[in-house]
Amino acid sequence: MEKKLKRELIRILCAAVLFAAAILLPLQGALRFALFMVPYLFVGWDVLYSAGRNILRGQVFDENFLMSLATVGALAIGEYPEAVVVMLFYQIGSLFEHYAVGKSRKSIAALMDIRPDSANLEQDGGVVRVDPEEVQVGMVIVVRPGEKIPLDGIVLEGDSSLNTTALTGESMPRDVHAGDAVISGCVNMTGLMRVRVTKEFGESTASKILELVESSSMNKARSEDFITRFAKIYTPAVVIAAVCLALLPPIFTGGNFAQWLHRALIFLVVSCPCALVISVPLSFFGGIGGASRQGILVKGSNYLEALAKADTMVFDKTGTLTKGTFSVVEVMPNAASKQELLDVAAHAECFSTHPIAASLRRAAGSVDERRVRDVREISGMGICATVDGKPAFVGNRRHMESAGISASACPEPSRPGTVIHVCFDKKYLGYIVISDTIKEGAKDVLSALRQQGVRSLVMLTGDADRAGRYVANQLGMDDVHAELLPVGKVQVVERLLLQDERKGTLAFVGDGINDAPVLSRADVGIAMGALGSDAAIEAADVVLMDDRLSKLPVAIRVARKTLSIVRQNIVFALFVKALVLVLGAMGIAGMWEAVFADVGVSVLAILNAMRAMRQK
Amino acid sequence: MKKTFKLQDLDCANCAAKMEAAIRKIDGVKAANISFMTQRLVLEAEDERFEEILQSAVKAVAKIEPECKILR
Repeated sequence: MEKKLKRELIRILCAAVLFAAAILLPLQGALRFALFMVPYLFVGWDVLYSAGRNILRGQVFDENFLMSLATVGALAIGEYPEAVVVMLFYQIGSLFEHYAVGKSRKSIAALMDIRPDSANLEQDGGVVRVDPEEVQVGMVIVVRPGEKIPLDGIVLEGDSSLNTTALTGESMPRDVHAGDAVISGCVNMTGLMRVRVTKEFGESTASKILELVESSSMNKARSEDFITRFAKIYTPAVVIAAVCLALLPPIFTGGNFAQWLHRALIFLVVSCPCALVISVPLSFFGGIGGASRQGILVKGSNYLEALAKADTMVFDKTGTLTKGTFSVVEVMPNAASKQELLDVAAHAECFSTHPIAASLRRAAGSVDERRVRDVREISGMGICATVDGKPAFVGNRRHMESAGISASACPEPSRPGTVIHVCFDKKYLGYIVISDTIKEGAKDVLSALRQQGVRSLVMLTGDADRAGRYVANQLGMDDVHAELLPVGKVQVVERLLLQDERKGTLAFVGDGINDAPVLSRADVGIAMGALGSDAAIEAADVVLMDDRLSKLPVAIRVARKTLSIVRQNIVFALFVKALVLVLGAMGIAGMWEAVFADVGVSVLAILNAMRAMRQK
Repeated sequence: MKKTFKLQDLDCANCAAKMEAAIRKIDGVKAANISFMTQRLVLEAEDERFEEILQSAVKAVAKIEPECKILR
């Protein structure tokens, strides 16, 4: 491709020099014609050739045909320099077009440089380099520092940090140790790892993401369809107008035939739809590429369009607005210090694998198992144990009653969550509230979304009404629907979709677990934290590779910017073309303006489209 | 059956749109989509006649842009 472009550039430069020479040499008549024919044919022979061949195949109205007709017409009425200039600029325009398209195709490929080339497979005591497609589930591969992880798997041995930039746009390395799951497409930075493969190459994350990005431009936006439909009508219409312009005025008014023909030729040059047709998909492609650089995968231009118009955003609670993990949110001591209270609770629960126990241990810090004896778990109530030789009761209100503490002595906490009461050495020590916590920065993100013009923020949850309302109030949501089953979530979204006053689109944001039906029902389904979750990648229209909510305003910004670039291009190109057509028909605009309306607009639209890719 | 093909030397966006329209008109084609930027054709057609339909698609492409080839 590069070579072809260079050859083309040299050809254009040579033709330009020949053209300058032809202008400077003071020749007349047939000699002058011959002199201009040299650069004309030199730079335009392929256009003439394709035009002729395509007409034979029944393809009229393509660019080659229009350009050939316009320039041959110019030659026929003696405007030799004009013919050469039109051809010259047409070639410059298409050279630039090829360059721009090639460049953005390549930069997307670089962006998505996650395809692994080989895998180091452990085999018969040695390590062999194989094609990742040959590796099967259960085999063990070795990933050296500096290499891309070729397949999804679990680390058997070795500690390292991974660079996930290509997947998430996140520059912070991720530490992994034996037992952790790793994802293909990440780059191993520091240590050697042995990894047991859990997914075949075709099912691995890197392949899935590549497939998604490559097929993304198949889902075309409405503006893309509009422009191809428009081009289908536009070109023939302008050509017919050109024919009328050449024939009708001279017949009815008896004007100068050559003059009207000249004006008709201007029409032909302007009638090329190239600028419009190429700049729209190029802008969308750039926008999708720019988004994926930020770890936001958009499955098609239509979704970018819908995202830009989002005015209702529906959030799933758990895992989306909240962390989805339990932690201690409140410690209310009665007759002890906070640390003492946590200490007893954590020790009593130290052998339990329940997430609540884990959160208590995290909150308490160090736990010495030797201090604990006689642990008994009473289902539905709590734990009895002996800590430091004294009896400890850790559990719910009923559990306290069985320990001899009256229920009235246990106060009701102010915030929702799981309440753990602690009784130690026959004394009521106080209670601890454990619940899911709101993600850091969630509030800022929601207010950023409001600033971007999202009118309605709605939260859906399967949790209890009280817990749901508490989170919704904290975050300032407009509406909350709690105690919903997955089916109920779909019904709520459908109801919201039917609301009359809605002008924009409805986006649903979830973590992709259990909400696939809602993701597909919404105008735009956005799945978060999708790295490693196939279900989410498949069900969603927009995939955020990590679970940070802050990617949402970024996604909307990229979508809007892309759409405004698309709109600018359409309006600008149509305006200039219409203007030159009108001025050309009136005899004010000449061939130069026509060339600008074609090639110049094309180049400017492409340059504008390429901005979509570079946006942050 | 749904299959993806790479289009070599697809150089003109307008041609891509024309090819897409032409392929959609072929009898037996359920869906056809050409992405100019990724130079790909996704063709969905009846299973039994897929090969025959693909041949017609190759012809339709060649008619619009002779340099452009469907790779398989």
